[in-house]
Amino acid sequence: MSTLFERILDPANRADPYGLYAELRRQPICPQDDGTYVVGTHAEIDRLLHDPRISSDDLPDPQHFRWTGHPITDLIVRPVRAEIRKRHRPFIFRDPPDHEALRGRVMRAFSVARVRGMRAKTERLTRELIDKLAGKTRIDLVEEFSYPLPVTVICHLLGVPPEDEARFHGWATQLATALEPNQRGDEATQIKNEETFAEIADYIQDLVKAKRREPEDDILTDLAAGDDAERMNDYDLIATAVLLLVAGHETTVNLITNGMLTLLRFPEHLERLRREPEIAPRLIEELLRYEPPVHYRTRLALADIPIAGTTIPEGAPVVLLLASGNRDPSRFTDPDRFDPDRRDNCHLGFGGGLHYCVGAPLARIEAEIALVALSRRLREPRLLADPPPYRQGASLRGPSALPLAIAGVGEG
Amino acid sequence: MSADSSAPDRIVIVGASLAGLSAAKTLRAEGYSGVLVLVGDEAHRPYDRPPLSKQVLRRDFGAETTLPQPADLDIVFRLGMAAARLDRTERAVILADGERLPYDRCLVATGTRARPWPNPAEAALDGVATLRTRDDSERLAQRLRDRPARVVLVGGGFISFEVASVCRELDIPVSVLVRDAVPLAGAVGAPLGGFMAEVARGAGVDLRLGASIARMEADPRGRLAALVLEDGGRIETDCLVVAIGAARNIAWLDGAALATDRNGLRCDRFCRALGADGLPAGGIFAAGDVAHWPNPHDGDALVAVEHWGNAVAQGRTAARNMLAPGPDAMVAHDHLADFWSQQFGLTIKLVGLTAGADSFAVVRGSMAERRFLAVFGKAGRTVAAASVDSARWLPAYRAAILQGAPFPPLIGGLDAPRRIETQVLEDAAR
Repeated sequence: MSTLFERILDPANRADPYGLYAELRRQPICPQDDGTYVVGTHAEIDRLLHDPRISSDDLPDPQHFRWTGHPITDLIVRPVRAEIRKRHRPFIFRDPPDHEALRGRVMRAFSVARVRGMRAKTERLTRELIDKLAGKTRIDLVEEFSYPLPVTVICHLLGVPPEDEARFHGWATQLATALEPNQRGDEATQIKNEETFAEIADYIQDLVKAKRREPEDDILTDLAAGDDAERMNDYDLIATAVLLLVAGHETTVNLITNGMLTLLRFPEHLERLRREPEIAPRLIEELLRYEPPVHYRTRLALADIPIAGTTIPEGAPVVLLLASGNRDPSRFTDPDRFDPDRRDNCHLGFGGGLHYCVGAPLARIEAEIALVALSRRLREPRLLADPPPYRQGASLRGPSALPLAIAGVGEG
Repeated sequence: MSADSSAPDRIVIVGASLAGLSAAKTLRAEGYSGVLVLVGDEAHRPYDRPPLSKQVLRRDFGAETTLPQPADLDIVFRLGMAAARLDRTERAVILADGERLPYDRCLVATGTRARPWPNPAEAALDGVATLRTRDDSERLAQRLRDRPARVVLVGGGFISFEVASVCRELDIPVSVLVRDAVPLAGAVGAPLGGFMAEVARGAGVDLRLGASIARMEADPRGRLAALVLEDGGRIETDCLVVAIGAARNIAWLDGAALATDRNGLRCDRFCRALGADGLPAGGIFAAGDVAHWPNPHDGDALVAVEHWGNAVAQGRTAARNMLAPGPDAMVAHDHLADFWSQQFGLTIKLVGLTAGADSFAVVRGSMAERRFLAVFGKAGRTVAAASVDSARWLPAYRAAILQGAPFPPLIGGLDAPRRIETQVLEDAAR
């Protein structure tokens, strides 16, 4: 008999985990057999996101691994790679005070003006991607639209040359396993992550050097600039760049795909968005509640935390099931209904507290432009598989493909 | 009692206030479809007050701070007309112009008014003002735009400090006269009050403690010219803001045999107003600043809370209970008081009530770096927590207060100091 959280992680339940979440919410704080505490109610998640006893510094120590019997691998290659990876700890896995300094630099580089400036570029990319669908009757929305759009946008913002974009696909997918507790502790995954990280770090290192030689108007140039005193060290710089690339690859893709999937399940709302694009902002907030791209985040209890009639003990791993909090009937009226007119929509789609999503404004813009354009230009779109196939991850949850039948592409 | 067990179809809310609007919204959200009348003595629809002592004075935006109101509330407004009397026998609110508004449930949400300067002749001088309403704020903003040579505030509370802060931002000389030895002590205790006194002085406020006004001097046209203090000092000014607290608007309830006194209208934990006989007065409820209610977080000690959050929550609770078929279906008002203030570039937040607190400790950050979180203890329990520019962990302390955690609450983790020093509070109660 597996625990509730193991069932949530089980790929067989990926298409519809919401029944399991409801089961989990019967108890606000659910201790699991392995000592993990899973939290699925809105009030308690929100409380813990604002609790000083909750740490984000919960990546497993990469030092412990089995001997392969190969002296060069065991004594040099792996320890060095493990050490490299350990020093590159991105700020989503850091606590104050380091976290503030790093996040502050990123927030400044991710300025309002720069994000707004991406609107025109996003609109052009969206148009071009949809133009390419002309003449087709069957498409995979993920491969042909939801994936390339945000990836091109984040690469452009960061200053990654377009010809290198393809290299990131495999890297990003591999490194995103850091968010999945059932994968990241596993030795094979760790070895693969260390190798991948070494490759991506080398790549970014070279790119940073190039930006320092020839500064451009992009985030990486901003982060690499500054005099020695206020400049990020190279470990942090690389970790930050990798984080932004991975996050830009793995999250907005899901938001757009989940968005289209949901709108095709409720075609009256697709039709309404087509006729009234001004409802998009509120509709996207509802999507972030109803089918969020990130289902949970993990934390570590630094001290005993008395909460909801129980105590999370010091040292316990904590899972904050954001997507379950989003369906909590004690916070949302009729939570399992997709209601784009919902008000007071205090969802946890972007997390909360210190680590609230830095990319939220960008994600909102991209999703708005993408979904409005898709609703206007795809003629008679229809799901060919419901549920669609899902990717491995339970945290970064989204379809691996979204096969659609379309009758053509309109001018919009 | 029969009238109170049947569903209401005429509800009158007296007070076009935050609490009144909160109640109206809740009534409609809970499915009430009868007549809903909202009475207000000002000409304005319910509006928001916190900006009136900050952004409006700074002219960040105008005094139009009307609260958002859903279109489908279907409220009958009686604005610019005060309620004059409550007829409990006939169940009617009588307005100043004689109009009778029959009710089967009535919510008293008449709030407070600025306590006027005790000397009426001085209070009437041109240049002597109070700050409570939109119109007050608009007038004061106008005066500040004319850049008075010096603004003087009398009173040592949040309104005084917020207005003084705006004056300094506008680079207008400002004096604050406080009768007590420490400002803000009633609300946030002496250590925090002392800290804010230093902050204000650092920003250039002429803060005078233990000071009071002996008399005012006017020019021949009846315009304020100077203040003479009890200690003989003299301050030349033509702009005085009297901020010496609030008085509850209960005079209109005289003769209704309700349990009223200077603390407001007494009610039970279900927000039901009590009669002079101590029993719930049929069909009458109270919410917001005017209500004097038993606080479950303080052993049911009676309290009147003049904060935004309480007005919203109590309006909501009262509305639910107005629709309840009987006491068994009613919900208790158990809001934990909270408020915020912005002044001198700092954001101060407080949860819980500091009245009667006997101990105080800074538990995160430090006063020296002007970023800290402090807690208040009473008889060994944590009763309140205050943050200055560091509200991020306040929710954990709020939870500790609700759990009745020992003082000081041992909350370790991030940003925690190595050692916590507890101070004893002398006579922290106001």
